[in-house]
Amino acid sequence: MILLVLEQTLNGLQLGVMLFLMAAGLTLVFGIMNLVNLAHGSLYMVGAYLATTFVLWTGSYVLGVGLALIGTLLVGVAVEVIALRTLYERDHLDQVLATFGLILFFNELIAVLWGRAALYTRLPGWLSGHVQVLPGVRYPLYRALIIAVGLLVAALLWALVTRTRLGMLIRAGASNRTMVAALGVNVRLLFTVVFGIGAALAGLAGLMAGPIYAVQPGMGEQILIQVFVVIVIGGIGSIRGALVGAIVVGMVDTLGRAFLKPMLATVLSPSAADTAGPAIASMSIYLLMAAVLAVRPQGLFPTEARP
Amino acid sequence: MTSPARRAVAIAAGLTVLALVPVAAALVNQPFYVDLFRRILIFAIAAVSLDVILGYGGMVSFGHAAYLGVGAYAVGVLTHHGVHNGYVQWSFAIVVSALVALAIGAVSVRTSGVYFIMITLAFTQMLYYLGLSIEEYGGDDGMRLAARSQFPGVIDLGNSTAFYYLVLAILVAFLYVGHRLVEARFGMLVRAARSNESRARAVGFSPYPYRLVAFVIAGAMCGVAGALLVNHTEYLTPEFMHWTRSGEIMFMVILGGMGTLVGPVLGAVVLLLLEDVLSAWTAHWQIVLGPVLVIAVLFARRGLVGLLDGGARRIGGSASDRGGEPNGGGARRFGGTPPDA
Amino acid sequence: MPDVALAVAGLYKRFGGLVATNHVSLEVGTGETHAIIGPNGAGKTTLINQLGGSLRPDAGAIRFAGRDITGLSVPARARLGVARSFQITSVFPDFTALDNAALAVQAHAGHSFRFWRPARRDGALAEPARAVLDAVGLGDRAHVRAGDLAHGEQRQLEIALVLATEPRLLLLDEPMAGMGADESQRMIRLLGTLKRRHTIVLVEHDMDAVFALADRISVMVYGRIIATGPPDEIRANPDVLAAYLGEEEAA
Repeated sequence: MILLVLEQTLNGLQLGVMLFLMAAGLTLVFGIMNLVNLAHGSLYMVGAYLATTFVLWTGSYVLGVGLALIGTLLVGVAVEVIALRTLYERDHLDQVLATFGLILFFNELIAVLWGRAALYTRLPGWLSGHVQVLPGVRYPLYRALIIAVGLLVAALLWALVTRTRLGMLIRAGASNRTMVAALGVNVRLLFTVVFGIGAALAGLAGLMAGPIYAVQPGMGEQILIQVFVVIVIGGIGSIRGALVGAIVVGMVDTLGRAFLKPMLATVLSPSAADTAGPAIASMSIYLLMAAVLAVRPQGLFPTEARP
Repeated sequence: MTSPARRAVAIAAGLTVLALVPVAAALVNQPFYVDLFRRILIFAIAAVSLDVILGYGGMVSFGHAAYLGVGAYAVGVLTHHGVHNGYVQWSFAIVVSALVALAIGAVSVRTSGVYFIMITLAFTQMLYYLGLSIEEYGGDDGMRLAARSQFPGVIDLGNSTAFYYLVLAILVAFLYVGHRLVEARFGMLVRAARSNESRARAVGFSPYPYRLVAFVIAGAMCGVAGALLVNHTEYLTPEFMHWTRSGEIMFMVILGGMGTLVGPVLGAVVLLLLEDVLSAWTAHWQIVLGPVLVIAVLFARRGLVGLLDGGARRIGGSASDRGGEPNGGGARRFGGTPPDA
Repeated sequence: MPDVALAVAGLYKRFGGLVATNHVSLEVGTGETHAIIGPNGAGKTTLINQLGGSLRPDAGAIRFAGRDITGLSVPARARLGVARSFQITSVFPDFTALDNAALAVQAHAGHSFRFWRPARRDGALAEPARAVLDAVGLGDRAHVRAGDLAHGEQRQLEIALVLATEPRLLLLDEPMAGMGADESQRMIRLLGTLKRRHTIVLVEHDMDAVFALADRISVMVYGRIIATGPPDEIRANPDVLAAYLGEEEAA
C-alpha cells in the first residue's frame, strides 16, 4: 500500500514536471510578449512526432531526441517569424483565434504526414529498467529521469532568469516592454529568443512524453488545457507560480485518479464509487482551480500588471 | 452608411431565403439540404447566443460549447430514463444550462483577459471529461437517443420539414429577444463596460452582476441549441462540448461579424457550408480551413457583415470596430471584471 | 451637505521606493473650488486616483460629506456623488455623445436590470442627457460618435459625463489638457458656471484657469502639500516660487 502511494506520488511529480516545462514556456511568452499562444501544444506534439521519427531513422535514442529538440526549436522560430509577429500588437481575441487556426492546421498537417493512428515508441534497453529510489522501492528509470531532467531545467531556468543578462532583459521586458525597446535593445530578437526558449521547452516535454503517452494528432491540446489550469493557479507571468502550480496539479490529478475511487468506496456503495470515482477524479484539477480562484482570483503568485 | 431600413430589408431577405430552403430542396428532390441547413441553423442559434456575451459584452468565452453539451445531455438523459415529454425536457435543458452557466460564471466572470479565456476553456473541458467518464450515458462512445422529444398534437420532430421550421422560428425569436436585450438598459450597461470599463465604473456602474446575468442568459440560449442538436442528430456524445467546438462557434461569430446578432447567422452559414464543401473535396480539409480562418481574423476584422456594409462605420455602439482602443494601444483587456485598483 | 465636503487625513501611498503621497491632509468646504497645482511628478494624479477610488492608499483616510469612503470602490463612490474626469479623455468611443450622457444618467437611475424597453427611447434618460449636452455646449453634436469628436469636444463630453451623474463632488484631472487658447477659454467659462453649485477639486497646470476658478489652492511637491491658501497668498509664497522656478528666482 505504501509502495502504491509512493509510486503514484512519483508519477504525480513526473506529470507535474512535464506540465511545468509547458507552463514555463507559455507563461514566459505571455509575460514578455503579451501573447496568448494556443498553439503551444502543437509544439509539444511536434516534439513528440519528431522524436519518434528521428529515433526510428537514426537508430539512436540520444541522436534522435537531440535532433527532435533542434527540429522543434526551428519549427517554433519559423512559426514566430512567419505567423506570430503580426499578432503581438493585436488584442487577445485575435491572438486566440489566429493561434486556434494554427492548431487546426498543425493537427491536420501531422495527420497528413503521419496518419491519425497513435504512434508508439519503444524505449532503448538502457532506459527501460528500474531504479532504486528507496531501499526496496523500485521505480521506472525513464520516469525518474524525466523528473530529474525537469527539475534540472527548472534550476537552469531560474539561473537564466536571475543570473544572466538575457534573464535581466526578460524580467525588464516583462514589466515594461516599451522601456526596454527605448533603451535600444533589439526587441524583435529578444522576442524570437524567448519564443524559441518556450518552443524548446515544449519540444522537450513532447519528446519525453512520446514513450509514455499516446502520440497522436490533438495530443497537444489535451495537455494544453491542463497547462492553462496550472497557469491560472500559479499566476500568469510567474515561473515560480508555474512550478508550484504544475507540481500541485500533477499530484492532484494523478493521486485523484489512483485513489479517489477506492477512497470513496469506503463510504459509498461499490457501484456508486465506480461511477463517482472516475467522474470526480477527471474533474479534480478544475475543481481545484475553481477553489483557488474563489480565494485568490489572480493565482498564487500574481505578477505586477504590465503596460 | 447602411441605413437601418436597408439593413432590415437585407435581414428579411436573408430569413426569407432560409425559409425557402425546404421548398427548394423538395423541388430538386434533395431532402439532404433540409438536414444540412437545419444543422446550420442550430449552430447559428449557438453563435447568436455567444455574440451576446462576446460581441456586445466583450467576454471571450472559449467554453460556450459546454452549454450545447449540457442542453443535449439534459434531453438525452431524460429520454434515457423514460421521460419523453418535450416541454419537460426542454425546460429542464434551459434550467440546467442556466445553472451551469451560473456556476461557471460566478467563478470566471470576476476574472478578465487571458484568465477568463483559459478558465472558460478549462471548465468546458471538465464537462467534456465528465461526459466521457459516465458510462451509463455512453462514455466516450456516446449514446443513441431512444426517441425524439415529444410534443403530442403540436409538432412531430420526426417530420424533417416541420422540425426545420421550428428551428428557424426559434432562431428568429432569439434574434428578436437578443435585439431587445442589447438595446435595453441591461444591454447598454454591458456594452458600455466593454467600450470603456474604467469610465463605466467611474459613472457608477458595477459591471459584474450584469455580466454574470448576460453569461447565464447566453448559456441558457445555447442550451436550447443543444436540445435541438441532440434531436437533430439523434445521438448524444461528449464531443458536443469539446473545446474545439467552442472555437468553431467563436469563428462563426467573428467571421460573420461580432456585435451584430445577424452576423453570426451569416457566419454559421458560410463556415458550415465551407466545411461541407471542403470535406467533400478532401478528408484533410482543416489544413485549408485553419489558415483561412487565421487570414480572416487578421484581415477581415469586421467580418462579413462589415464587408457587406461597405466598410462604413455604424453609429451607436456596434462592435464592428472591435470596440476601439479608448486609451491607447496595446493588447486590450476584456472578458470580465478586473480588480478595483 | 455639511460644511466640509471632503476631508483627507494623512494619506500615504508608496510605489516600491517612491513615496507618491506623503502624509497628505486637506479639507475642502462645500461649494468650494480647490485647485491642486505643482510641478510634474508631484503626485497630483496619484492623489486624485486615491480620492476617486481607483487606487487604494497605504494609509490614511478620506471622508466625504462626513462619511468614510476610504474603502469604497469606484462605482460605490460614484453613486454617492463623487464624479471624476480623467486627464486622458475617457469616454465611450463607440457610442454617440447623447448615448454617452444617457449612460451616465442611467448609472444613477436605479438598477439596470431592465431587459426589454429600448434605452434610447426612454425619455427619463434622454431628456437629462440632452440637457447636460446643451449645458456643456455639445447640443448640436449629440448624434456624433464620441470617438469621432474633436479633442476639445471630447473634453467637453468628459465634463458632460461628470455632470450627468448629478454629482456633489467633482474631481477634475487636468480638464484643460491638450486644449488650444479658444477651447481653454470656453472650458474656463463652463467650469465657472459650475462653481457655487458643486464642490470641485481641480488638478491643473494651466495657471489662467487656476487663478480664474480657484477659491483656494494647494501646492504639491514630491508628494507633500507645501502650501495651502487663497490664490493671492500662493502667488506670493516664496516656497511655491522656489518649487516652480528653482533657487535663483527665490534668492
